[in-house]
Amino acid sequence: MSSPKTLYDKIWDAHVAHEAEDGTCLLYIDRHLVHEVTSPQAFEGLRMAGRKVHAPDKTIAVPDHNVPTTAGRDDPKNMTEDSAIQVAALDSNAKEFGIHYYPVSDVRQGIVHIVGPEQGWTLPGMTVVCGDSHTATHGAFGALAHGIGTSEVEHVLATQTLIQKKSLNMKVEITGKLRPGVTAKDITMSVIGATGTAGGTGYVIEYCGEAIRDLSMEGRMTVCNMAIEGGARAGLIAPDEKTFEYCKGRPHAPKGAQWEAALTHWKTLFTDEGAHFDKVVTLKGEDIAPSVTWGTSPEDVLPITAVVPSPEDFEGGKVEAVARSLDYMGLKPGTPLSEIEIDTVFIGSCTNGRIEDLRAAAEIVKGKKIKEGMRAMVVPGSGLVRAQAEEEGIADIFKEAGFEWRLAGCSMCLAMNPDQLAEGERCASTSNRNFEGRQGYKGRTHLVSPGMAAAAAISGKLTDVREMM
Amino acid sequence: MDKFETLTGIAAPMPLVNIDTDMIIPKQFLKTIKRSGLGANLFDEMRFDRQGNEIPDFVLNKPQYREAEILVAGENFGCGSSREHAPWAIKDFGIKAVIAPSYADIFYNNCFKNGIIPIVLPQEQVDVLMKDAEKGANARMTIDLDAQTVTSSDGEVFNFEVDSFKKHCLMNGLDDIGLTMEKASSIETFEKAAEQARPWV
Repeated sequence: MSSPKTLYDKIWDAHVAHEAEDGTCLLYIDRHLVHEVTSPQAFEGLRMAGRKVHAPDKTIAVPDHNVPTTAGRDDPKNMTEDSAIQVAALDSNAKEFGIHYYPVSDVRQGIVHIVGPEQGWTLPGMTVVCGDSHTATHGAFGALAHGIGTSEVEHVLATQTLIQKKSLNMKVEITGKLRPGVTAKDITMSVIGATGTAGGTGYVIEYCGEAIRDLSMEGRMTVCNMAIEGGARAGLIAPDEKTFEYCKGRPHAPKGAQWEAALTHWKTLFTDEGAHFDKVVTLKGEDIAPSVTWGTSPEDVLPITAVVPSPEDFEGGKVEAVARSLDYMGLKPGTPLSEIEIDTVFIGSCTNGRIEDLRAAAEIVKGKKIKEGMRAMVVPGSGLVRAQAEEEGIADIFKEAGFEWRLAGCSMCLAMNPDQLAEGERCASTSNRNFEGRQGYKGRTHLVSPGMAAAAAISGKLTDVREMM
Repeated sequence: MDKFETLTGIAAPMPLVNIDTDMIIPKQFLKTIKRSGLGANLFDEMRFDRQGNEIPDFVLNKPQYREAEILVAGENFGCGSSREHAPWAIKDFGIKAVIAPSYADIFYNNCFKNGIIPIVLPQEQVDVLMKDAEKGANARMTIDLDAQTVTSSDGEVFNFEVDSFKKHCLMNGLDDIGLTMEKASSIETFEKAAEQARPWV
């Protein structure tokens, strides 16, 4: 009998196309997702070398980072010139190289990490890459998924493989049940709070435990999405009945006899009893609280009931980093997090831009108005999420409360489009990074769950969502 | 790709931890369809004020570090986005090596694709080199990739580890894609087997 394997071991082993003596492998890639920002130089490289896309059927492109989220955006005149050039380059590269493409005008367009699963491109046991660090999202399906740089994008386009060495195995177990008001976002931020942003460096994480099993597929995507914020190459969750149910019937999911064959294979995708993990982290579900970041690194996270820490609470290089981030954030140590006033709310992104996220926010917003002077926007993760929210009446709840109801895209998560924070503005955001300048020059970001963002929009300050439930 | 063999140059100290890719090259500079020209905006929001004037306190604006070819930095350097614009900007500025206790995974890989050596050393050794870098332009460090050593301006030698394949590619300036294409038959064999085993993919 062969030795017990982790889920990562199994997916890895099934995708090694070549292994050199020193352990350097060519890992075969099943799905390559492409967007407009990190791909132009890669396609240009192919052209210069006279190379083709090796597997155009496995390559899917969608513009998301640059696109405005307001009406009239399919007219390039409504984009800045440099954004329009990048989107036009993706348009023409998709045509020239014959890859699958969802243009801005297509209702299926959206954030690449929302479109992939929605269209059934992402399936259990696959390898998935994209020139974007949040590719980790797809790990929720038990797919080995991670971000790559543009040189690697070119490498995958040309060869459908990636030069890799295997990472170590890390297990993150969330035991027991979550308390009311606590979400997948709070899980993933709390894990980063516990391990630090470099805690996962060199590892592929498998998330497991009752609290993870209890999450919906969308919640699992939120958890895996931020694996990269913990430094991990990828995050994984073993597929189960929820996964299969989610995949079934999607446009690019297998059908008929192929579905049955796929299902048989997918049911083997779990970590064997006794398999070795190089590192194990365990959190109790009941200990996780609605969380919020106070600084400029995702590891700067605390329960909403806590106070802003002081640089002296830290050690080593973090002392200076905390002093710098408190200065950037305009916060004083000792201030209760629930007293921090905010002026902007952003609900969306590949972390929290799916229908369940919008439902959770709408639940809090229903029948209320946002605070006077608040700028609050909801940006669905895809055109289909938007359509569904409109059908369910969720869009009306947001609009009646005073939220802007936008078209799909990355929007204010990274401010490469018109949705940005102005200098000094402070935002409760459902996105994934609170780095300096991430949402706009000198903008201040507090990462929260969709319910927490909704609560903040109403009260005008960071608020414990449990008070509004 | 440019080869990297040895380098003797000025090292700029950046002791901050978690220097992220948004700091290295802010998002507004990602809207290029070229690889070149990003050095002008390396560390843009730390290096320039809103009017585009240099912030004198920022290390790379100081006269002694303007010609720096090495960065000495805090742990988890390059965390955040997968943007290869980060190493492109570093390289375009003229920096060919980074020394830090740890790096984010994607950034680390991206460096090797661009002729930059990201050197990992234990915190205590980085601290020694940080102090050395703080001496300014007269304190030149030497990196020898073949020997896998960093030599401080005082002659203190530190050994570092690097993956043998990555080292080989960097020392010879090899193009990954060309190397992989030599293994086209392995990829083809794999694809045929996978088509049988997992036809739904």
